[in-house]
Amino acid sequence: MAAPSEESEFDPAIDSIKAVPVRHPLRWVMSVVVVVLVAMLVNTLVFSHITRDGQVEPRYQWGIIGHYFASPSVLRGLVVTIELTVIAMAIGIVLGIVLAVMRLSASPLVSGFSFLYVWFFRGTPVLVQLLFWYEISYNYHRFSLGVPFGPSFVHVDANTFVTAFVAAIFGLGLNEAAYMAEIVRAGLQSVDHGQTEAAQSLGMSRLMTIRRIVLPQAMRLIVPPMGNETISMLKTTSLASVVTVTELLLAVENIYDRTYQTVPLLMVASIWYLILTSVLTVGQYYVERRFARGAARSLPPTPWQRVRRNLFPAHVAPAQVVARDG
Amino acid sequence: MVVAAGVRKSYGRMEVLAGIDLTVRRGQVMCIIGPSGSGKSTFLRCINHLEKIDAGRLYVDGELVGYEQRGGKIYELSDRAVCEKRASIGMVFQRFNLFPHMTVLDNVMAGPLRVKKQSNEVARSRGLKLLDQVGLKDKVSTYPNQLSGGQQQRVAIARALAMEPKLMLFDEPTSALDPELVGDVLDVMRDLAHQGMTMVVVTHEMGFAREVADSVVFMDQGVIVESGEPGQVLTDPTHQRTRAFLSKVL
Repeated sequence: MAAPSEESEFDPAIDSIKAVPVRHPLRWVMSVVVVVLVAMLVNTLVFSHITRDGQVEPRYQWGIIGHYFASPSVLRGLVVTIELTVIAMAIGIVLGIVLAVMRLSASPLVSGFSFLYVWFFRGTPVLVQLLFWYEISYNYHRFSLGVPFGPSFVHVDANTFVTAFVAAIFGLGLNEAAYMAEIVRAGLQSVDHGQTEAAQSLGMSRLMTIRRIVLPQAMRLIVPPMGNETISMLKTTSLASVVTVTELLLAVENIYDRTYQTVPLLMVASIWYLILTSVLTVGQYYVERRFARGAARSLPPTPWQRVRRNLFPAHVAPAQVVARDG
Repeated sequence: MVVAAGVRKSYGRMEVLAGIDLTVRRGQVMCIIGPSGSGKSTFLRCINHLEKIDAGRLYVDGELVGYEQRGGKIYELSDRAVCEKRASIGMVFQRFNLFPHMTVLDNVMAGPLRVKKQSNEVARSRGLKLLDQVGLKDKVSTYPNQLSGGQQQRVAIARALAMEPKLMLFDEPTSALDPELVGDVLDVMRDLAHQGMTMVVVTHEMGFAREVADSVVFMDQGVIVESGEPGQVLTDPTHQRTRAFLSKVL
C-alpha cells in the first residue's frame, strides 16, 4: 500500500486500522493446560470409581453428601457457626476500635494498656485461649465485681456463666479484638492530619472528630482487611469444636463418629464453609462500595454491572491515526 | 479582637516565634506576609490553639487563648472550653481540608449540626445560603474531589462561616490553587472583608493585601520586622529585610 500523499485527506472511517493481531503462543499453551486440569478434576470428582472393601464405588460419594447436606443436625451446627462468627466479630470490632483509640491516647498508661492487650492476645494461640476460657473454673469458681482488695458487690458462678458457647465467644472475640485494634489503628493513622485540624477548628471535640470525621474515612482502609478477618473468623470458629461447642464441624464429626463416613461429611462441612465465605465476599464488596463515597470520582461497578458490561461491551471506537508525511 | 504580647513558641530547640506583639481590632483585616519558615502560619494556628504557645500572652476577644487567669494563677482550659472557643473562630487552610466523605452541603452543615446542635432545617437553609454566597449553589450535592481547587476553597470558607465566627483565620488560602482560580477565592474574601468580618490572613497575594488589608505585618525568623498600613509597608518599607523580600515576590 502506497504511503498517503500530501494532498490525501485523512478519513478515520476509511483508514481505521484492521491489523492482524499478535499471536500469544504461551497463552494458548496455558489455556490448554488449564482445560486439561479442569477435565481431570471433573473426572475425579464425578465420574471416577474406587474399590473400597472389595466394592466398586464412586470415588466421591455425592449421594451421602447430598443426604446429610441439609440434615437438621448439620443445619443446627451451621446456625451455631454463624452465631459464633457474628458475635465474636461484633466483640472484636467494637473492642478493636476502643483499643485502637486507646492506643492513640496521649496518656502512656492508657496506650500502654492497649499495647499490652494486643501483645498478650496476639502472642498466644487462639486455641490455647479457647481452652483457657473453657477451663476458667479451674482458676475462678466465681466472678465478683467490686473494689480490688476490697468488698465486692456482684457474684456470678463461673461454671454457670461460662458455658462452652460463652467460652468460645470470649476466646474468639477477645483474640479478634487484638487483630482488629491493629487494623483500625492503621486506618485511623492513614487519615490526613489536616482532617483532624479542620474538625477541631470547627470546635469538634476529640472523640467527635474521630467518630464523625476520621473513622468514616479510615473505614475505606479498614473494611477490606476486616472482611478478611470475618472470613478467617468463620473458619476459626471450627476450633470451638475442641471445647464441645456443636458448631458445623462438631456437628458433622458427631455424625461420622456414628456412621464412619468421615470424608463425605467433612465435605459437607467444607461446602457449607465455601458457601458462607462466598456470601461474605459479596457482602464485603458492597460494604467497600458504601465507604468508597468521595474517594473515587465514580463508584466501582457492582458485580452484576460488571457481568453485563462483559457480556455486552460497548462498541470500541476505531483507532484514529494521524497520517503524516515526513 | 486579637492581641498578642511577647508570644513565643519553639519546637525543641528551634524557636519559631520569638516574641510577637500585634493587635487586630474588630472589623479589621490584617495580612501577614513573609518568607516561608518565618512563623506566620504557626502564629495563626496559635490563635485558635491548634498550637500551644510557650510564653507571652495571646488574647482573643479579651480572653486568653487556651488558658484562663483566675486570682493570679493561669489554668489550662478544659478540652471542652477550648472547643467552645474554637467554634467562634473560623479557619481556612492552604490544603482546604474538606471532609471528602461528605457532600459539599454536608461539609458546610457539619459544624452547625454537630457542634452547635442546630436542627437539620436551620443548618440546611443556612448552608444553602452560604453556598449561594460563595457562588456554589449548584454544587451542593457533589463530593469535594469532584470540585476544582478554587471551588473547594470556597466551600471551605462557607464551612467556616457556617459557625458564624467572630474572627476568620486564613492560612495561605490561595497558595495551593492554579493561578486562574485564585481570583474567585479572593473575591469571596474581599466581600467578607467589606461585610466587616475581622480577618487575619497569611498570604503571598500582595495585590490583595494592598487592596483589602487595614494593616500588613511582615514577619521573618519568628519576629515581626515591620508593620503598618499596606501602602507604607508594601511600597515604602523602612526595613532592609522587608525590601529584600518584596523585591523577590513583587
